[in-house]
Amino acid sequence: MTVTSTVLIRTREARRQQRSGLPKWVLIGAEILVPILLLAAWWLASANSTNTFFPPLQTILERLVSLAATPAFWGDLGSSVGNLLISFVLACVIGVGLGIALGMSRWLSWLVEPTIHFFRAIPPVALVPIFVSLIGFGNETRILAITLSAVFPVLISTIDGIHAADPDRRAVGRIYRLGGWDRIFSVALPEASPRILSGMQVSLITAFVVMIASEMLGSSIGLGARTLLAQQSFMIADMWVGILVLGIIGYVATALLATFRRRVLRWYIAIRQQEKNL
Amino acid sequence: MTATVAAGAVPRLSVQGLAKTYDTKKGAVPVIADLTFDVYAAEIVCIVGPSGIGKTTLLKCLTGLQSITSGSARIDGKQIDGPPEEMALVFQEYTRSLMPWLTVEKNVRLPLKHLRLPAAEREDRIRAALAAVGLSGAESKYPWQLSGGMQQRVAIARAIAYRPEVLIMDEPFASVDAQTRFELEDLCLKIRDEFGMTIVVVTHDIDEAVYLSDRVVVLGERPARVTEIIDVGFGRVRDQIATRATQEFAELRTAVFELIRRAG
Repeated sequence: MTVTSTVLIRTREARRQQRSGLPKWVLIGAEILVPILLLAAWWLASANSTNTFFPPLQTILERLVSLAATPAFWGDLGSSVGNLLISFVLACVIGVGLGIALGMSRWLSWLVEPTIHFFRAIPPVALVPIFVSLIGFGNETRILAITLSAVFPVLISTIDGIHAADPDRRAVGRIYRLGGWDRIFSVALPEASPRILSGMQVSLITAFVVMIASEMLGSSIGLGARTLLAQQSFMIADMWVGILVLGIIGYVATALLATFRRRVLRWYIAIRQQEKNL
Repeated sequence: MTATVAAGAVPRLSVQGLAKTYDTKKGAVPVIADLTFDVYAAEIVCIVGPSGIGKTTLLKCLTGLQSITSGSARIDGKQIDGPPEEMALVFQEYTRSLMPWLTVEKNVRLPLKHLRLPAAEREDRIRAALAAVGLSGAESKYPWQLSGGMQQRVAIARAIAYRPEVLIMDEPFASVDAQTRFELEDLCLKIRDEFGMTIVVVTHDIDEAVYLSDRVVVLGERPARVTEIIDVGFGRVRDQIATRATQEFAELRTAVFELIRRAG
């Protein structure tokens, strides 16, 4: 018995080149250079600005450095990032768990799905005032509001992903009489994972928006509250610092999730790449 | 009509008057009218027929994925009313039946996990199955890193490691190139001998059916019936060149072809 052929796996470098026609270092260079150029443009354009609402970038960065020396700033940052992290993880756990249950059981999804779609239709930010009036201004309110709004994208994409499972692969599970655990964690969940990860990316953005909104509505802690307060008290540089830091948090969170996705979906990304190369 | 078999032998797989009718909104659609055939231990039986004759439906009934409308399908005398533990299935589409997120070794291991085998036996089975299909050394690769033929070998290894009494194959070599196809046909003969497995292959390839089979079950008419069961007397040892060059091969091939053309 001889093994006749192996598909040649192109190196990552070759694939990247084929995709764009440009060598890798040019792309990475561009990825780093473009934000630097934008910052430089901002720096130059704002350098001599006398507009109160558009202070020079230099002033903003100086303010950032001095604020970074105060424990209050780190408290706000910690509160925001903490809430975002806890709520996002909670949303993912609840969304995927509930999604599996609803995706695997026809009658359960038939029972609950209309309700889910009703609640999903309400803009997440609109829920914040309801929670504030129901349970007050506490941190639990914020976590609850963020979690609840972030749970829907990941929940719905999990249900979709489970429903979209390949009939052949489902038949494999039945033929080989796999146990419930393997049917979920070795077959259904991995197969749904590309969709689940897309749902998580939407959930993260939703969580981020509601995190800021929840701090801006009736709260005095967190970067959102700090930014709004700065704006209301005409501390414009402080407001810009808040926006800048929020932007960085959003960027880092998205990048971390993207890295996680690449790791988990290695098989999926590789297959897609092969299909493109054919 | 019926093949000659050793008197008194109990068939491993016995299909008696099997019929399948689908209930649709437009009424009942009969797909299989009446199928009767037996498969004995360590035999290879191919089921051929014109396309659209209901081979896939038959397969779903045999594997217990679908219920039978009337008649019976038995494995070792037991009525099949759900996927039986003595049975494994190799699908046509290996890309859709393997788990691309699992390595070759883990794909083969997956069905063994719930069998509660002693660890040593489990590892032994995995090693033996991968060796039998010529994939030793590819354990840590992923299916999508392999060629089509090798992916189908993984699917076959998964079935072998499960040690079914009856291995059912649904157009198993339809999605690989001709050269690989011959290799996989011989692999099929080899695992029958090595593991004493009973194999049922559903195929539309007449040459393949004649080359592989101890008996060929030809289906015809719509809804499907058994048109004829043809004995193939090449014995256990076959050769892709020599066997296919014999007069007998040509005659059998012609006979099956004519039956199918008449049925189609």
